[in-house]
Amino acid sequence: MTTQVQSARPTWSRWAGLAAAALAWLALYRVNAPFWDWLIYGVFGLSPDSALGSSLHFFGYDLVKIGLLLVGIIFVVTVLRSFMSIERTRALLGGKREGAGNVMAAGLGVITPFCSCSAVPAFIGFVAAGVPIGVTMSFLIASPLVNEIAIGLLLGMFGIGPTLLYVAAGLTIATVAGWTLGRLHAERWVEPFVFETRLRGQVIDSSAGLTWDDRITMGREEVVTILRKIWPYLLVGIGVGAVIHGWVPTDFFATYASAENPLGVIVAVGMGIPLYSNAAGVMPLVQSLYGAGLPMGTLLAFMMSVVALSLPEMILLRRVLKPQLIATFIAVVATGIVAVGYSFNLLLA
Amino acid sequence: MEIKILGPGCANCHRLEERTQEAVAALGLDVTVEKVTDVAEIASYGIMRTPGLVIDEHVVVAGRVPTTDEIGRLLSEQ
Repeated sequence: MTTQVQSARPTWSRWAGLAAAALAWLALYRVNAPFWDWLIYGVFGLSPDSALGSSLHFFGYDLVKIGLLLVGIIFVVTVLRSFMSIERTRALLGGKREGAGNVMAAGLGVITPFCSCSAVPAFIGFVAAGVPIGVTMSFLIASPLVNEIAIGLLLGMFGIGPTLLYVAAGLTIATVAGWTLGRLHAERWVEPFVFETRLRGQVIDSSAGLTWDDRITMGREEVVTILRKIWPYLLVGIGVGAVIHGWVPTDFFATYASAENPLGVIVAVGMGIPLYSNAAGVMPLVQSLYGAGLPMGTLLAFMMSVVALSLPEMILLRRVLKPQLIATFIAVVATGIVAVGYSFNLLLA
Repeated sequence: MEIKILGPGCANCHRLEERTQEAVAALGLDVTVEKVTDVAEIASYGIMRTPGLVIDEHVVVAGRVPTTDEIGRLLSEQ
């Protein structure tokens, strides 16, 4: 067939290209610190002890480091995720009961490729296939909350401990919140047309028939799409970090937002709910604030509220969910995030 | 031939629409490309991940943005 001939690139050139990209990535990652040392302290002649010097160094070094981490992580995650599909997830959740079903839905929410702009079709598709509302909600909560890109960034910036805490906390929130909504009989707050939706035609598995070249192209395009969307957040987050690094005394935040401050977590979650970004966009800010002495529990709570609860997604979900369910959803998830924030601050203190 | 783009208006949906227009132009087809943005109607096609490409009421791609070449192949297969 001519189509086969057209799309077949020699295998070696594909893998050689990937290997070259990986080597270039490693090389850039390695020369990052020496380069900024040389430029800021050498060429500009600024002292590492001066506010301006350390600030500029922090900005340049972190911008390149986080940029490289993002490019690598988004690419690898997208290629891996192209082996999983939401159709397969739904089939796995089909006959599941509440309880075990919630746990499974939360886990699948992490690895299934999904974007919040598809929340409504996914919701209808799950419910129409007989997946219980509570189980469906566990999936929809876990999907943005525990994000592989966030996992990769946390690993690269904070190490394994905070990363495991984040994953465990996110899965727990998604499982418990979904189960709670199921217990509250949330189906009475779903717009009736959802239950009447009849699916026509055949189900297309979006991961079927992809070649390695397709998957690599998807990875490359996803890197460009996400970076184009989040670069302002990246600049602001790292900029804030640079200013804090140079000019704000380290005990400033410790005085006003320490783990002992009983309102700290609630204020952080209250600020995070109206803000909306994905995990990749908010992480540089989290790192900056952590460097300034804010406790990890408060910061994870802030990040989770930014990514899990967002106005645009609520407006989309309003098409299928009545206001009572949206309000309950926000209340249950926010309570979970606040609880996680306080327990981490206690645990890590 | 009738082509529909299923998508509530996300970045990927716009990209799929652009590429479909390109593929249609390259093949010199005389068809209309219709956008379906209503979520209930999108869901009724059985797709759970946008965007979706529908040719003559058959969903041919869902959940990803194919290349212009691939869209061209799909169009000429129908």
